Amino acid sequence: MTAALILIAVFTLATAAVALSLRNLIHSALLLIASWFGIAAFYLWAGAEFVAFAQVLVYVGAVSMVVLFAVLLTRRSRADTVIARDSVERAISAVITGIAVFGVLVAAILKTSFARLSPAGVPPLQSGTGVSPVISAPTATVRDIGMQLMSAHAAALLIIGILLTVALLGAVVLAAQDAPESKQESP
Amino acid sequence: MSLDPLPLCLLFSSALVCLGLIGALARSNTILVLLGIELMLNAANLNFIAFWRYGPVTSPATGVMFVMFSIAVAAAEAAVGLALIIAVYRHQKNIRLQEANRLKG
Repeated sequence: MTAALILIAVFTLATAAVALSLRNLIHSALLLIASWFGIAAFYLWAGAEFVAFAQVLVYVGAVSMVVLFAVLLTRRSRADTVIARDSVERAISAVITGIAVFGVLVAAILKTSFARLSPAGVPPLQSGTGVSPVISAPTATVRDIGMQLMSAHAAALLIIGILLTVALLGAVVLAAQDAPESKQESP
Repeated sequence: MSLDPLPLCLLFSSALVCLGLIGALARSNTILVLLGIELMLNAANLNFIAFWRYGPVTSPATGVMFVMFSIAVAAAEAAVGLALIIAVYRHQKNIRLQEANRLKG
């Protein structure tokens, strides 16, 4: 169970690191899709199946396509997806900043005692099957999620609908060509 | 102690958030900066799921609800960000962050 988590983590982190250090934007986008698949695998590992499928649908399906469209719409020639080299000083200072933040986070995690938080009846590792034993773990079936969305979180659902509508209309307005005036002058 | 699943999940997500931070700070291409920010949002979602799974017992679907709404907000952010990138490209013919330094188009 822990080995599966470490495997998922290594896969996700490796693909994300390589994606953010490549110079070819198409390769970066495709590797980030692999990284998002790794995150979806983590959700499956943790028992949140619905979130895993939502992650696959939204990130692997939709956001990746939007990113690829943006990459292909903002190039100047057919072969212009390899960007120029970034400045080394900025990279070094960014890595130093990132490692400092990571050190602070790791120190905070390792100093905190989580024993009080974890549920009492977590069973030890089960040999053989790769399936994690889910005892005393929270389960959220699709039925539960639907009932919660329609009862307790109905207001939040409506607000997120309004937010998505406004954001997508705003995106269309921002990205649209603003050249209707020349059209009106021409017969 | 370090073999407990919850600290491992937290270490995983903090490593992911630091990777996203490094990417967003080090690269000068706007699309890559946006992708770094997306990675940081994903790391926050990992934390929600980890605490939902291994934290104290709350109502059964709280963490899942939080992640659903967070994914929706992240998708809206990605759409608006990429539209902004396309608008900047139309003005500057370039999406390097260093050259997008004018407020007037």
